[in-house]
Amino acid sequence: MKLKVASTSALEALISNPLRSLLTMLGIIIGVASVMVMMSIGEGARAQIDAQIASVGSNLLTLNPGGIQRGGRNQGGGSGRPFTEADVTAIADLPFVEAATGVLSGQATAVSEEGNWVTTVQGGGPDYFAVNNWTISEGRLFTDQEARSGSAVVVIGASTVSNLFPNGNAVGQRIRINSVPVEIIGILEAKGQSGGGMGMDRDDTVVGPLSMVRNRVVGGNRWVSRHVSRIQFLVRDGYDIASAQDEVAQLMRDRRKIAPGEADNFSIFNFADMIKQRGAAMNTMSMLLAFTAAVSLLVGGVGVMNIMLVSVTERTREIGLRMAIGARGGDILIQFLVEAVLLCTLGGLIGMSLGWLGAFGAAQVGKWPMSVSPVIIGTALGAAASVGLIFGFFPARRAAQLDPIQALRHD
Amino acid sequence: MNMSSEPSGDLPIISCRDLSKVYRMGDQEVRALNNVSLDIWPGEFVAIMGPSGSGKSSLMNLIGALDRPTSGEMWIKGRELSAMNRDELADLRNETLGFVFQQFNLLSRQDALSNVKLPLRYARREIRDLDARARECLEMVGLGNRMDHRPMQLSGGQQQRVAIARALVNRPSILLADEPTGALDSRTTAEIMQLLVQLSKQGITIVLVTHEADVAAYASRQIHFRDGDIESDSASQRTNLLSEQSS
Repeated sequence: MKLKVASTSALEALISNPLRSLLTMLGIIIGVASVMVMMSIGEGARAQIDAQIASVGSNLLTLNPGGIQRGGRNQGGGSGRPFTEADVTAIADLPFVEAATGVLSGQATAVSEEGNWVTTVQGGGPDYFAVNNWTISEGRLFTDQEARSGSAVVVIGASTVSNLFPNGNAVGQRIRINSVPVEIIGILEAKGQSGGGMGMDRDDTVVGPLSMVRNRVVGGNRWVSRHVSRIQFLVRDGYDIASAQDEVAQLMRDRRKIAPGEADNFSIFNFADMIKQRGAAMNTMSMLLAFTAAVSLLVGGVGVMNIMLVSVTERTREIGLRMAIGARGGDILIQFLVEAVLLCTLGGLIGMSLGWLGAFGAAQVGKWPMSVSPVIIGTALGAAASVGLIFGFFPARRAAQLDPIQALRHD
Repeated sequence: MNMSSEPSGDLPIISCRDLSKVYRMGDQEVRALNNVSLDIWPGEFVAIMGPSGSGKSSLMNLIGALDRPTSGEMWIKGRELSAMNRDELADLRNETLGFVFQQFNLLSRQDALSNVKLPLRYARREIRDLDARARECLEMVGLGNRMDHRPMQLSGGQQQRVAIARALVNRPSILLADEPTGALDSRTTAEIMQLLVQLSKQGITIVLVTHEADVAAYASRQIHFRDGDIESDSASQRTNLLSEQSS
């Protein structure tokens, strides 16, 4: 009851001076908007990272030839001697490996009757789809038999389909890849943008049996038969990724006859690790915004305190009257405290709508799902109300401690 | 209730003993009240008169529990005020006293009804149906048809009626009016004073501060102040008269 009365008169006081109220709220508005954008970026980026890790699998390791820093210089993946299908089999036979596939990839032009499109062609073994967490949305995957015999069949990604077959109905059609005719047997479920976080489209791909891609698209290696450009494998759930990494490294050192003390001529890449590192950069940005939010809330709070002091002075007579008719100091305190909190909460609501726009914009730029959870809204509003409470207290207490006679005589 | 101005067998409703109020203005001490003793009885309509600086407003502030005396004691309805803290004084003002000011002191953003309801909002005890009580009081002062008007839409006399309704809404025992007609013309003054006389007849104790003799004439007892002390008191003169007659 008392609070309702106080908020009604507080609201009237704010409305009676709209421009002043708005200007006072500005700091709070900016602060709350920053809080919202900051938290939304944090949540969105985390959700995106989690989704990426989930889509590739957190237990996926990739073996690349070459690589690893040597004398401060990165040799780059693929610069060393390639792996072979025998290496893939050796890894697949390890007890802690759930599935493994060799991958051979290259750029190629795909031509359909409706269009042509430069895309990435991947050759993979039968486990390629399981390892890369691909599912089919239409048609079928190639069989073990087709994989082994190198049949001229391919499964294509959603983006490639839309470029080659704008009108749909791709399954069963024939396309040419580098003038080799192949049949489309399935379409992959879309995974979305930025697979490796490099802005590349994972759905722009054509996957065929490894030997077919080697023989007809990429071409063989002059020195190494049945070569693959990299090996991907999944570590069984519950098995430590780091020790799996060590054991595979040892196996490859043996197989590639690397003398003890000599550096590896291959590298093992943990996809989940890299994604997490990118997340750390996002955290730095979040911290920066948190700082902005804190500063503008502080400045906003001082503004609120200032305007509340002005308001107390302006309404000294009114305070005197209220005291004369029986308001206790506590009643006056609550009235002005409610006014300050209301001012800040109102600013908080405006800030939240701006923050929502900011969060939306950030989500567009960062290409992550827009996320404004109840926690974010609660934090933003809570921050605003707390500022009102903290910075409104001093002016409110000053009003509550006025001498009734002095206040009544004030003009 | 005894409506006459003569001391009844009851205790005085307001009682002052040796009240002094000293203000400090720079190096100078201003003695606004100088050992004033005064009893006001239930139902009396008292006018306190005197030139400005005579101490009448200081006394009014003390009776209104808005200020504390420098020395002396003060009872309202048998309660000693110096023993009370700020909150208790606020509650006393809310429950026992009603204030009417020269400048009306209405909240300009709120209509008549809300203004009248204001003291009820600060009441510590539960009051049911605030609206009905406020309406009743506005009707009592003859503004039953102006309840939704804001102060700016009312004449001076009407505003003062709203203020009187506000002072009455908590059913106080004492109504304190500080120059209630000071801002009004003579016709409106007469109307407001008639209203106060009417309220006095209903038993409420009224203490009025004024410097106009014709306004004071409405009261049943006149007390003149000069230089912080009582110069004359019509009640004591009458008491003296009575005692002279009886002797």
